[in-house]
Amino acid sequence: MTVTRPGPAADTAAGTPRKSKNFKSRVLIPYAMLAPGIILFLVFMAAPIIYTLVLSFQKKKVSGLGLGKGSQSTAFAGLDNYVSALTDPEFLGSVLRVLTYGLILIPLMLGFALLFALLLDSRRTRAGSFSRTAIFLPYAVPAVISSLLWGFLYLPGVSPFHFLARQFGMELPSLLDPNLVTFAICNIALWGGVGFNMIVMYTSLKAVPSEIYEAAKLDGCSEIQTALRIKIPIIAPSLVMTALFSMIATLQVFAEPTTLRPLANSLSTSWSPLMLVYRDAFTRNDVFSAAATSIVIALATFIISFLFLRIVQKRAFGQEN
Amino acid sequence: MRKSFRAGAVAMLAAATMLAAGCSGGSTAGSQSAATSDPNQKVELTYWAWAPNLDKVVELWNEKNPNIHVTVNKQDGGDPAVTKLLTAVKAGSGAPDLIQAEYQKIPTLVAADALADLSGTVANDTKSHFPDGVWNDVTLGGDALYSVPQDTGPMVFYYRADIFEKLGIAVPKTWDEYAAAAKTVHAADPEAYLGTFSSNDAGWFTGMAQQAGASWWGVDGDAWNVKIAEEPTEKVAEYWGGLVEEGVIDNKPMYTPEWNTALNTGKQVGWLSAAWGPGVLEGNAGSTAGTWKVAPMPQWDASKPSTGNWGGSSTAVTSQSKNLDAAAKFATWLNTEPEAVKALVEVAGIYPADNEGAKSALTKAPAFFSNQPDFYDVVGEAAQNVGSFTYGPNVNVAYNAYNDQFAKAAQSKQKSAFLDAVSNMQQVTVDDLKKTGFTVK
Repeated sequence: MTVTRPGPAADTAAGTPRKSKNFKSRVLIPYAMLAPGIILFLVFMAAPIIYTLVLSFQKKKVSGLGLGKGSQSTAFAGLDNYVSALTDPEFLGSVLRVLTYGLILIPLMLGFALLFALLLDSRRTRAGSFSRTAIFLPYAVPAVISSLLWGFLYLPGVSPFHFLARQFGMELPSLLDPNLVTFAICNIALWGGVGFNMIVMYTSLKAVPSEIYEAAKLDGCSEIQTALRIKIPIIAPSLVMTALFSMIATLQVFAEPTTLRPLANSLSTSWSPLMLVYRDAFTRNDVFSAAATSIVIALATFIISFLFLRIVQKRAFGQEN
Repeated sequence: MRKSFRAGAVAMLAAATMLAAGCSGGSTAGSQSAATSDPNQKVELTYWAWAPNLDKVVELWNEKNPNIHVTVNKQDGGDPAVTKLLTAVKAGSGAPDLIQAEYQKIPTLVAADALADLSGTVANDTKSHFPDGVWNDVTLGGDALYSVPQDTGPMVFYYRADIFEKLGIAVPKTWDEYAAAAKTVHAADPEAYLGTFSSNDAGWFTGMAQQAGASWWGVDGDAWNVKIAEEPTEKVAEYWGGLVEEGVIDNKPMYTPEWNTALNTGKQVGWLSAAWGPGVLEGNAGSTAGTWKVAPMPQWDASKPSTGNWGGSSTAVTSQSKNLDAAAKFATWLNTEPEAVKALVEVAGIYPADNEGAKSALTKAPAFFSNQPDFYDVVGEAAQNVGSFTYGPNVNVAYNAYNDQFAKAAQSKQKSAFLDAVSNMQQVTVDDLKKTGFTVK
């Protein structure tokens, strides 16, 4: 670091005006230009986060019957809310359920997305743009709508699948049974999520210069060999990115189980961690423990994302540096 | 490096000031301005409600009272409206003047200081209009008055008269007869059931327990009592658990597409529901009109008829209303004025809480039950037999525990699981009260 200081002579001669000009151009103008961004960040990002933190250290305090004015107040709770969040068997249960869900969903979703992207990119594919749109389309359906739609298809009493099976004298198992309901939710997420991930991978495949393929062809590479040895390694960064997005989305699963819940006995109101937060905040009217739980979830998401990037970064981005 | 740190510090400070400002906003929530002094001053009131067509009833009021104009703001239903109101109370602004509040939500709303005390207004003179049990729900047994009763949901038994006739089943008068009828229905058609045990409708189960004599909360001096895991409720849970275990009663929730279809196709042959049932049946199974009939609920002891209450709501004034007197005047008119009660029955299709109003307005059976002219005689008699029931400050927690615990029990199809669900419900409810700092005995 080299610090250039004006000489003592210059300092005395034109010190004040120069300094103020310096201050203006080096401090005021840049910050003025950044101000809209800083203000938006403060109002919409920092303030809610800090407010959540403040809430998470508070608790409701009631005296006596808790009825009437002034019988309820808020008090400092210390780490109570965090302790009860981390030791709550319901919370741990919801975390385990979502981990299982993620272990099933993410490999399937990325696998299908990659397969479809490679198929579409293959030179022999016809009706590429139609297939691309068809696979992508479910992504445009909001999760609540698609859950309602699939819920209707799952309910044995009204499902056309169950109806058809019954015509052939078979009885399909109900996907809303407790041991299958995770798959039922995975299926909805898969249906909605494959298209988006496929588009990301397909786009980065399109960016690969065609000379590479020509060279591979001259070397006698088959389509499958090209896919495995050239295409997949080249688009590894976008695989990493889609994996990261999928992991974060998995930890935040909410709409699908919430929409399916009233249809069956197999989903509790604390099935996923976010459902538990929602229940605490709005059904049980306890924003304080909901705030603590959501901070725990946010931290866990951050740590998992960070660790994942640490592990795969070298492999995925190694050749770029 | 330094500068970025300073910028960060400034950011933190700014956020902290904003936060402080937000917090101080909350403390003014409880303050109430004095009632408007000039009676001729024009007042605008907002009213959050979800009963169908309530806005048409309110139009009658607006025509006659140009100085107190009420705007109905349609809500999704009881729970979402309460959630929104509690949020507005916490935020310090944004609440309406009036809200349609279900009876079981009143203790929660009072505990959160969301409702104004109407005991000093005209609403206090309406006591003689309502049954004692209902009045107890809106006063919580004290001197304050938190809302004006609107409608109630005395429970009755709806059944498919044509199928009963075909199978030669008599209308069950006791729960034993109901169980026998359930067996007959299911034996005749393995896909048909006399009813379903729904883990999604805590209010339904509360009504069942109420009929058996339960009252889940109680006040003992300065402390709350929780009495869920006691004989009446356990008896009810054991009864339904037994029917589900035998497989003669369905175990799937109500209000699903599957349930609607079953109502339409005669696979759900009966429904234990409340006075507002015809509206639901008409909406979900309109093609079966004329085949249903209503009867009193089956009894535990036929010599001492009693029934439960499922649903029903009242009109409350929120603690943020600046026009307490005007709002109380409107709430009184809406729920006790014969003209308004008549409109509530005819346009909004509710069963009014007002004794006299119910008698004079409920003369004609609902269209869906046009085959049963004495429909309201049956319902009216049931309404006289509603037992008293005290709700506590954490009904929401208990009802949520009902959903989760009984979902597991209904899924397992085991009688013992139903009894476990009752004791878990008690545990969760008591733990929550203690955790919040209520005194619990």
